[in-house]
This record gives sequence, C-alpha cells and structure tokens, in this order.
Amino acid sequence: MRFKEKVIHSFFFLNGVLVVIILLGIFALLVFTSIPAFKEIRLSQFFFSGIWNPDAYVKPAYGIVSMLVSTFLITFGSLVIAIPLGIGTAAYLSDLASPRVREIAKPIVEILAGIPSVVIGFLGIVVVGPVIAKIFGLHNGLNALNGSVLLAIMALPTIISLSEDALKSVPKSFEQASLALGATHWQTLIKVKIPAAFSGIIAACMLGMGRAVGETMTVLMATGCAPAMPQSFLDSVRTFSSTIAIELGEVPYNTTHYYALFAVGLVLFIITFMINMASDIILHQYRKVTK
Amino acid sequence: MNIKYIKANLGFGLLRLCALIVGVIIFAILYDIASKGVGKITWEFLFSMPKNGMTEGGIFPAIIGTIFVTAITALLAIPLGMGCAIYLNEYANDNIITRLIRMSIRNLSGVPSIVYGLFGVVLFVQAMRLGTSVISSGFTLGLMTLPWTVTASEEALKNVPNSYRQGALALGATKWQAIRTNVLPYAVGGMLTGTILGLARAAGETAPILFTGVAFYLPFLPKSLSSQFMALPYHLYIMSTQHHSINQVRPIAYGTALVLVVLVFVMNLFAVILRYRLRKFKRD
Repeated sequence: MRFKEKVIHSFFFLNGVLVVIILLGIFALLVFTSIPAFKEIRLSQFFFSGIWNPDAYVKPAYGIVSMLVSTFLITFGSLVIAIPLGIGTAAYLSDLASPRVREIAKPIVEILAGIPSVVIGFLGIVVVGPVIAKIFGLHNGLNALNGSVLLAIMALPTIISLSEDALKSVPKSFEQASLALGATHWQTLIKVKIPAAFSGIIAACMLGMGRAVGETMTVLMATGCAPAMPQSFLDSVRTFSSTIAIELGEVPYNTTHYYALFAVGLVLFIITFMINMASDIILHQYRKVTK
Repeated sequence: MNIKYIKANLGFGLLRLCALIVGVIIFAILYDIASKGVGKITWEFLFSMPKNGMTEGGIFPAIIGTIFVTAITALLAIPLGMGCAIYLNEYANDNIITRLIRMSIRNLSGVPSIVYGLFGVVLFVQAMRLGTSVISSGFTLGLMTLPWTVTASEEALKNVPNSYRQGALALGATKWQAIRTNVLPYAVGGMLTGTILGLARAAGETAPILFTGVAFYLPFLPKSLSSQFMALPYHLYIMSTQHHSINQVRPIAYGTALVLVVLVFVMNLFAVILRYRLRKFKRD
C-alpha cells in the first residue's frame, strides 16, 4: 500500500517536472541547432548587420538587425493602438458598464481571443490592406502599419481582460475613501484606481507585447515581408517570425542557412522569454503589494 | 455645472468610445467573414475534394485533417496536462522545484508558436524520425497546448473544497484514494472545459504545423499517423497568399475562414455549455 502510494506520487512528480524539461529542451535544442551556423557566420555580422541575404551566390549575408527593427517597429505600433483602447475598454467594463453589459462583454472579448491568427491575417489582406492603400495612395497596403493594426487587435483581449482584473482587485475602500473626500468618479478612477492597479496594467500590456513580438501568421500575411531595413510605417517589413516561416520550408536540412534560421528562433525565444519574465516579476510584486 | 463634472463626463465619454470601437472591430470581423463566407457553404463545399488546382471543389480533406491533428493534440495534452495539475495542486509542497515548474508553465505559454514549430522539426521530424506527418504536427501542437491545459486543470482542482479531501483521509483513505474518489470526479468536468478551450486554439494554429507535416494539396485523406495532411488554417493561408490565381479563389478562402471560425466557436460554445451544466450540477 505504502509502496503503491509512493509510486503514484513519483509518477505525478515526474509529470510535473516534465514541464521544466520541455522548456529547457526547447532552449537547449535551439542553442545546439544554432551553434553550427556560427562556424561560417561571424557573430558580429549576425548581430550588427542589417543585410539578410542567405541565397546570395557569392557572399551570403546573415544579419538580423533589419528583422529586429521590423519586429519592434510593428510591436511598438500595435501597442500605441492597443494600450489606450484596451485600458479604456477595461476601465469602461470595470467602472461604467452595467452588470448585464459586463456579462455580455466578457464572452464577446473571449470570441476575439479565439479567432485564429491566420483569419486575422486574411482580413489584413482583404480588408485592412485595401483601406490603407486608399488612404495613403499606395500600390498595396501590405506594410508595417497593417501589421500593427492586426497585432493590436490580437493583443486587445489580453490587455482588456488582465487590466480589468487589475482594476477590479483594487480594494473597495480606496474608492470609497476617494469619493468620501469629494472626488468625482472620474477623478477616483484616474487618480486612485488606475495608479493602484498600475503594475497589473503594465504586466497586462507586457504580456500583450510578448504575444505581438512572437506572432507569426498575421505578420507573415499582412506586412509584405520585404527583407530590408524599414524606413517608415508604410514600408514592407519582415520580422523574426516571418523570416523563419518563409525560409525554413525551402532550405535543405543541416545547411548553414538552416542553422541560421534556428539562431533567429533562439533570438526570438530569448526576447519573448525576457518580456514574459519581466511581466511575471511585475505582477508578482504587485500581488505582494495589494495583499 | 462645475468644471470637474464636465471633465468627468468627457472622460467617461472617451471610455465609452474605446469600448464602442472594440465592439465595432469584433462585430466587423465576424460580419465580414460571415457575410462573404456563407454563400460558399454548401454540402458539396464541406464534403468534397479540391479540384482543378484548388480553384474549385471543397475542403473536405482540410476539415478531416484538422480534426485528426486536433485529436492527436488532445491525446498528448490532456493526460500530461491533468497529471501535472494533479501534482501541483495535490502533491506539491511550496519548494523550489514547485516554483520552477510554475515558472516554466508561465513561460511555455509565452513561447511563440513558430518556436514550437522549430522544436517540432528537430525533435519529432528529425530526431524521433517521425517525418513530416500528422503525428509530428499533433505532438508539436500538444506541447504548445500543455501550459493552457495545466493552468485550466489546476483551476478546476482548486475549486474542489478541502473538506472533500480531509473527509476521505479521515476515514482512512490513502492520498491517492482520496484524490481518485473524492477530488477527480468533481474536478474532471472543469478540467475538460479548460482543455477544450486550449484545443480550440490549437485547431486554429498554423505556425507549429508549417514544417512538421501539413501539405499544400493532397487529393486524399490522411491514411495513417505517418501521412501528411491538409489543415483548415494552412489551407486559408495558401488560398490567400500562395495560390496562382488569388482573386479567383477568394470565395473559397472566405468559405474556409468561416468554417474555421465556426469550428473554433463551436468548440468554445461546447466548453461554455459544459461549464454551465457542471455549475448547475454542483448546486443541486
């Protein structure tokens, strides 16, 4: 009996530890598959050159700077759109909406979260693209702006629901104290509730940012994917994720180009890992404070 | 009227506007896909093979492929996810290993889907020699779904009152007997609900399957675990970007998008109904 219990315990323990192994495994596989790439590519070229041209016949170039700039350009654009909209909606849901509206709004936001990224990317091509092309008089609307709009839409559910949670977990007494002192509901929201929920809101925005940095399909479909340094939001861009998605299907296994794509994946993994860790730490601190 | 009330009204108006914009975006997305896709939905579209270089015919193999690969995803993600949740909620003490496990789960859920794709290529396609196949894709998606299933399952376990466990233990049951007879029966519905939501997301993913087994065009259904397959999200991707006559196949792309959205929506609805019925059951 004792023995059987011990076996069951160890079984579940191993099952739990498996998750850690998977995370370490992903990291280790990316590292080991990236290393051979640097037999032929100089590290300085990889990290500081803006030219990515692995197919060049004479002198292939593997620089990731243009991808880094592209990725952060559209991420920045998406956050500029999504953060005010998301926080505004969260504040509306937590402070203004009637319980009935809130009941309806929650599943609707969940529906948005559930729409597959490839569908959002498709709408980027058929709806958002032509609109952008018309407004700015461009030949086509597949550019960084389009990607930013789509990523903003995809980041909205995360930002809305987590910010709403943060606003809701502000103790009622804060609000009551502020109102008792003669502040309006608006002043209470801006000067008391949002500052009190601030780290929760920041964590929500960072999680949304992590999603945007790693998102593949929408960016692949709607940004045009020209492998060059973008000059403005109306330029076509090519992010880390879309470079991998475009090229990995075409390269033979175990070539320098193949290994280089894993190195790109490793960079992407490390960036999203750091963003997630940061939001995790902020959220943790914030929980401690409110407790 | 005081200036601070004018400010308040303006501010609240702005918040209403934000919510309205978000609502309009969601409505516009659903309306566009539904209105332009619905005309394409016929029995023939749903249950026949693509024809003439995919300019005509249906999407039957893509539907079957998506269901097939999601089933394999479930096979991997459900037991592992539930097991991990049982460990975390029932067995684990608050020590460094437990914290490490929790940290890993949170980080895994933030790993970009394309990185799971790279992992799948090296581990399943190459190292385990499964090739580009429906099983490689299913396993890759399964790993991606795992953190969501763990989180959802743990939430369900937390909802079981502690007195249930203590009651069983007080009567002399062992830990596992208490879990099996007094915890799992009450938690399993909630666990399934969360898992279905995770699977719905997996069904709509494209990046992890791009290099692990999905095929551009196959005029037949996947025969075994080692065959390649067509899938709805990838089909939508090629129909809107890679096809040789993109404008001609646009209606097919809209039809595919609608089928995909409805599939994901139905899975979500199923999970919500399950949750609702379980809640009622608990109250009785």
